[in-house]
Amino acid sequence: MSGKPRLTYCNGRGRMEPVRWLLAAAGVEFEEIFLETREQYEKLIKDGVLMFQQVPLVEIDGMKMVQTRAILSYIAGKYNLYGKDLKERALIDMYVEGITDLMQMILMFPFSPPEAKEKNLDSIKERATNRYFPVFEKVLKQHGQDFLVGNKFSWADVQLIEAILAVEEKIPAVLSGFPQLQVI
Amino acid sequence: MSGKPKLHYFNGRGRMESIRWLLAAAGVEFEECFLETKDDLTKLQKDGSLLFQQVPMVEIDGMKMVQSRAISNYIATKYNLYGKDLKERALIDMYVEAVIDLNELLMTHTFQPADKKEQHFATIVDKATNRYFPVYEKVLKDHGQDFLVGNRLSRADVQLLETLLMAEECKPDILVKFPLLQSFKARISNIPTIKKFLQPGSQRKPPLQEKDVPKLMKIFH
Repeated sequence: MSGKPRLTYCNGRGRMEPVRWLLAAAGVEFEEIFLETREQYEKLIKDGVLMFQQVPLVEIDGMKMVQTRAILSYIAGKYNLYGKDLKERALIDMYVEGITDLMQMILMFPFSPPEAKEKNLDSIKERATNRYFPVFEKVLKQHGQDFLVGNKFSWADVQLIEAILAVEEKIPAVLSGFPQLQVI
Repeated sequence: MSGKPKLHYFNGRGRMESIRWLLAAAGVEFEECFLETKDDLTKLQKDGSLLFQQVPMVEIDGMKMVQSRAISNYIATKYNLYGKDLKERALIDMYVEAVIDLNELLMTHTFQPADKKEQHFATIVDKATNRYFPVYEKVLKDHGQDFLVGNRLSRADVQLLETLLMAEECKPDILVKFPLLQSFKARISNIPTIKKFLQPGSQRKPPLQEKDVPKLMKIFH
């Protein structure tokens, strides 16, 4: 039995991907169990392992954690990726939540009906380039530091890089107006 | 100029209500600035007051905070409603996130088109009574304490109470199979700061009426 965190989810990004990013950024090795069949999922529910009958599930430090944000907050807190005080945490939370809103659009995109796909892609592009990326471009420009908050690597930086790469996969030239973000 | 937090939102529950509950439970007085028209929202956006051009926005401790979870996290920590250590916070977060999921279902009920309302209602009742309430009933049963986490009032208790009351507005007997949740409800409602918030005339907002939906759509869409 290893002490490594163990992730249970399907073999894809979904809601678990930010958790993988954060653990990786913290240099923490982890194991993964992939749900391949409905029976596996139902067994987990029957075993009482999933508090609200949902995945992601992360077994870590003796806890069976569910709810993505709860998991991410715990990991960020444990591995010092959550700022040095309450005010830094507030900034990190605001940035992470904003990025999560954008990521939610990308997460849901594959599930759009075919006739809505182009419109949804345009929405993602519009939001990324008009609402979210300008904020982070400005933050980096104004303080001139390498990281979003407190001149130190944090959960906000990890979340942002994940989002930038995910959007670029869909819209390759999306960073063209954002020199600071390109450097990240 | 007062030192009180100032809340910017429309005059209704929405995504600001949980924040009002937390501040009230912590005994913190706050002011509210209500958006009545689209122009009110546009003005805030043009001022650069809204980081992602959205409300809720709360002016607190020199910050213009946005994103309801960020705001709630800050208030909960500042006023000691977030557990004593990382593990208690993890439990509180898990409980709160699930409550938020149920809240979303309850909140969106008024916006459902007429032909979907009945099914949506059935979903709410099913999820509440089969997925969420049993968990909290069991937590209270297993440790036999008055509060969900750490034998002490936390945001998990406040937010669960908020949701229990909203669920009852939806279906008055929804707690019939959950005796511990019923006594939890009574007990937490009796905490002086919360009791005050539950009195008429407080800053707690009533449920959204269908007739108010068009005005809301005008501001935000």
